[in-house]
Parts: sequence; C-alpha cells; structure tokens
Amino acid sequence: MAFVDYYQALEITKSASDKDIKAAYRKMARKYHPDVNPNDKDAQKKFQEVNEANEVLSDPEKRKKYDQYGKDWKHADQFQAGQQSQQRQQQSWGQQDFGGGFGGGFGGEDYSDFFSSMFGRGKQRQANFKGQDFNAELRLNLRDVYTSQKQTLTVNGKNLRLTIPAGIENGQTIKIKGHGGQGTNGGPAGDLLIKFAIANDPEFKRVGNDLYKTVEIDLQSAVLGGDITLDTLSGKVKLKVSAETQNGTKVKLKGKGFPIYKKETQFGDLYVTYFVKIPTGLTDKQKELFKQIFELGK
Amino acid sequence: MVRKKLISTDEFCVHHNIEFSFIRNLCEFGLLETIKVEKTEFINEDQLEKLERMLRLHRELEINVEGIDTIDHLLDRMHDLQNEVTQLKNRLRLYEDLD
Repeated sequence: MAFVDYYQALEITKSASDKDIKAAYRKMARKYHPDVNPNDKDAQKKFQEVNEANEVLSDPEKRKKYDQYGKDWKHADQFQAGQQSQQRQQQSWGQQDFGGGFGGGFGGEDYSDFFSSMFGRGKQRQANFKGQDFNAELRLNLRDVYTSQKQTLTVNGKNLRLTIPAGIENGQTIKIKGHGGQGTNGGPAGDLLIKFAIANDPEFKRVGNDLYKTVEIDLQSAVLGGDITLDTLSGKVKLKVSAETQNGTKVKLKGKGFPIYKKETQFGDLYVTYFVKIPTGLTDKQKELFKQIFELGK
Repeated sequence: MVRKKLISTDEFCVHHNIEFSFIRNLCEFGLLETIKVEKTEFINEDQLEKLERMLRLHRELEINVEGIDTIDHLLDRMHDLQNEVTQLKNRLRLYEDLD
C-alpha cells in the first residue's frame, strides 16, 4: 500500500487555503472528468485520485489527520480508535456533510487502500452518478465480419446477445449501453465498450471497404487469354483474362469487396492483381519452340 | 416504418431534477433537437446519451452551455481524428504485411 500525496494530486502546497483547494479541485476535475476524456483509463484513475484528495483536504478533520499522520500510514490502528470516538461524537452532533464531490463512476469501493486504511470507506454521496464504463476486446477473423453475426458474451455473469454488424473495421469500438459498472446511488449503469481486433487474412487484404487479392495465372492464359475461376468471399466467380495480360495487371470486380458497415446491401470492390507464373523445367523442345517465337518477334 | 422512442422533456427534467430552461438553452445553441407532438415536447431516444453527458458536464463541472458547446465540438473532432488514425493504421498494416 503506497502513500498518496493528496497535495500533489491537486497540485497545491500544504499551506493551501480552503478556497485554493476548491479551485484546484475544480480545475483538475475539469481536466480529468471521464466525459471529457472518453475511454482514457489514465484520466479516469487520475480523476478518482483527485476526488479522493478533495474528499480528504476539503474536510478540516480529515485534513488534520492526514497532515499529522499521512506519511506514517502504518499507524492506522491509532486512527481507527480515534475514528470510532469521532463517529460517536458525530452521532451526537448530527451528520455533517463533506460535500463537493464529483461522480463519473466514482463509488466508495474505488478509494485507494491508503484512503481506506486512514479513513475507512468513503462517505456515500447523496447524488447519483453513472457507473464505470467497461472495456473489452473481441478478436475476430476478417471472414467472420463479412456477414453480420450474433455472439453471446458473458458480462458480469449475465449472458449478453450481441449482433456484430457486417463490415466492422479493425480498431472500431461499439458501445453497449448500460452494461458497464453499476451506478452510484441509483445512477445509471456505465456502458460496455467492445473494441474489435480483426486479424488479417492470408488471401485478402482489406483497405476500407475494398479487398485486394493476388492471383497466379499461367503463361498461356497471360499470352493468349483464357478463363480462370477465382475465390471471392461471396463464392467462386469466373473471370476472363485478356490476351497479352502483363504481369502485375490489376482488374476491378465491382461489388465483390467488403460489405459497407451498417449498409449490408452495399459492397466495396475487389481488386485482383495478376501474377504471371513463368514455366520452369522446360524440355529442350519447349526451349527450342520459345526461341522460334522470339526469333519471329525480332 | 421505423418506430422512434420518444421521452417527454417534462419527464426527463423531473427524473434528473433539472430546470426546463437547461433543455431550452441547449436547443437554442443547436446542441439538442426536440420534437413537438401536439403540445408536448419530446426528446428522441438516440439523443438521450448525448443529453445526459451534457447534463453531467453542466452539473458536475459547472460548465455553462457555451462551454458544453465547445467541448462537444472538440469531442466530435477527437472522435473523427481517432477514426482517421484507425483507418491509417489499418492501411499501414496492409503495407507492413507486403514487406
């Protein structure tokens, strides 16, 4: 358990007044609030630290304890005894409100070990706050996302049926509202953010909604023309190779690319690059015939 | 026909304990669109998430509507840039694979 420097968290000095603390807290909260820093775990952590610092330093009693024993947190037992007697006092005086705390999924269970050791669990706030957003990564193959598909995920022990729209891209995130952490004091639950990691396909390369593929053709088809059968993601297609096709020639197959995200009836294109395979292991007769061809070409 | 889910602005204000003027201000700044059916004003369900985010910014960070407008604009730009980075990364991945 590490000591947490609350003054450093709020970027203030030990002599800061209540007004300074409030101003510093507002500044830091604006900087690190989860709504201003979506999907930023570091900002969320910092925001919790800032909240915790404010809860301690804006309360004179807590601040006094912290200043007195903060670095020497191992004497937590002494604080505990003091805390119990203080609680008895508070019961006779009536509840005091620490006030001034922000939310953004900052529940009592999110206090640092250091805070819990010194002050026990944080006081429950009266305001309701949205729960924490959960982040998950789903790994799929390129061919998996060619068509929309349903998957069942287990989140917090509950099965969640999820439809993954065809055409989703690598790195894209979809949000499932209300399947994150529980809200505080009846606040709304956070969201589940699923990031898709889509593995490359050995046969097809994807750029946006277009696909790229290299196809080997024999010398005869390249020189004289011919028909080839090609595998696409939507099945086999017959393709006419023009006579005198050069190595590296690119042809476009319109609408044979990847489905456009959330527009399943529209597709990108498939670009096929021809790779002309030069025959090897020629017999003497074949070599002779090639020579004759080249001689005729001179 | 696509059915839209609508939430009345009155219900939203009561639930979140806010004044209607907040909704009105957001509409005036073009940050929110309401739908009027007969004499009742409604919010479209797909705007709810954005509205709740703006409410949190207003309530928890004491940011006024002008500030929310700026944040909203910057978050949109950030989102667009993130998408562009993702697309560029995917494109780069293609060329890295070719090596």
